[in-house]
Amino acid sequence: MDTMNDRLVIAGREFQSRLWVGTGKYKDFAETKKAIDASGADVVTVAVRRVNITDRSKENLLDYLDPKKYIILPNTAGCYTVEDAVRYARLARAAGVSDLVKLEVIGDEKTLFPDTAGLIEAAKILIKEGFIVLPYTNDDPIVAKKLVDIGCPAVMPLAAPIGSGLGIRNPYNLKIIMETVKVPIIVDAGVGTASDAALAMEYGADAVLMNTAIAGAQDPIAMAEAMKYGVWAGRLAYKAGRIPRKLYATASSPIEGML
Amino acid sequence: MTIQVNGESRGIGDGHTVAALLRELDIRADRVAVELNLEILDRKDFETRGLCEGDRVEILSFIGGGAE
Repeated sequence: MDTMNDRLVIAGREFQSRLWVGTGKYKDFAETKKAIDASGADVVTVAVRRVNITDRSKENLLDYLDPKKYIILPNTAGCYTVEDAVRYARLARAAGVSDLVKLEVIGDEKTLFPDTAGLIEAAKILIKEGFIVLPYTNDDPIVAKKLVDIGCPAVMPLAAPIGSGLGIRNPYNLKIIMETVKVPIIVDAGVGTASDAALAMEYGADAVLMNTAIAGAQDPIAMAEAMKYGVWAGRLAYKAGRIPRKLYATASSPIEGML
Repeated sequence: MTIQVNGESRGIGDGHTVAALLRELDIRADRVAVELNLEILDRKDFETRGLCEGDRVEILSFIGGGAE
């Protein structure tokens, strides 16, 4: 399978894997590392939080995920205001090595849907400061276009609410986003199993980002591998071009030569 | 003197720098972001930036996270 010559490029950066993974909800760092290795992902999302200063025995995530080997993509998870999201993005840049940020401005605790008005506002501020903003957004083609217009080099529409495992709830909107926006689309959040990931790629997504579907599976390492193949299969099928759907049968065996 | 570190009161010696505080806490400077009274510090200023009574210091780093 030739995936080597099928690289994803965002803002001049080359990404080897079209499966991106989160690093939350694992039992421990060892399991996190095993699952990420099984997934083949080279992009891993991380959150920015206070260091535990009372218990310094706690290991550091970066002891397991070498920033030279993985592309560390900090997020602004847990931020409900423009001010918080901008603050956390700046802290992430100060703690890390790059200008990349997965920008989240969450609108509501129950759905964790993005506050898209706040998202656009925060993205504008961060882009002006030189950040490479990858926005976690709704499956709304108009918002996706606005995000691209202000300078986001990719957009990350959700498949379904974060952690819900519902799969792609609105494939038609995702398709419209893919047709109207000329930057890479990373389907982010809501994937439940490998077929969901495959479907997202078959629709034409450039990559899929997930966390809970792997970390929450009964066997996270095996699911990570399943997701790797799901994303590959979907990507290859997309490039191969599927047959059109038809209501009636078309025989695959010739009629000629029958008795 | 007393400062606030990640929301907790902490006594430190006069003339302490940010770098000295990190060493005292056994925290690697190359893996954290430090916010001093809401100002995010440049890592190269850790050695020279002194702390004062009542300062509010936040020390943050990357942890496991997907989205939420």
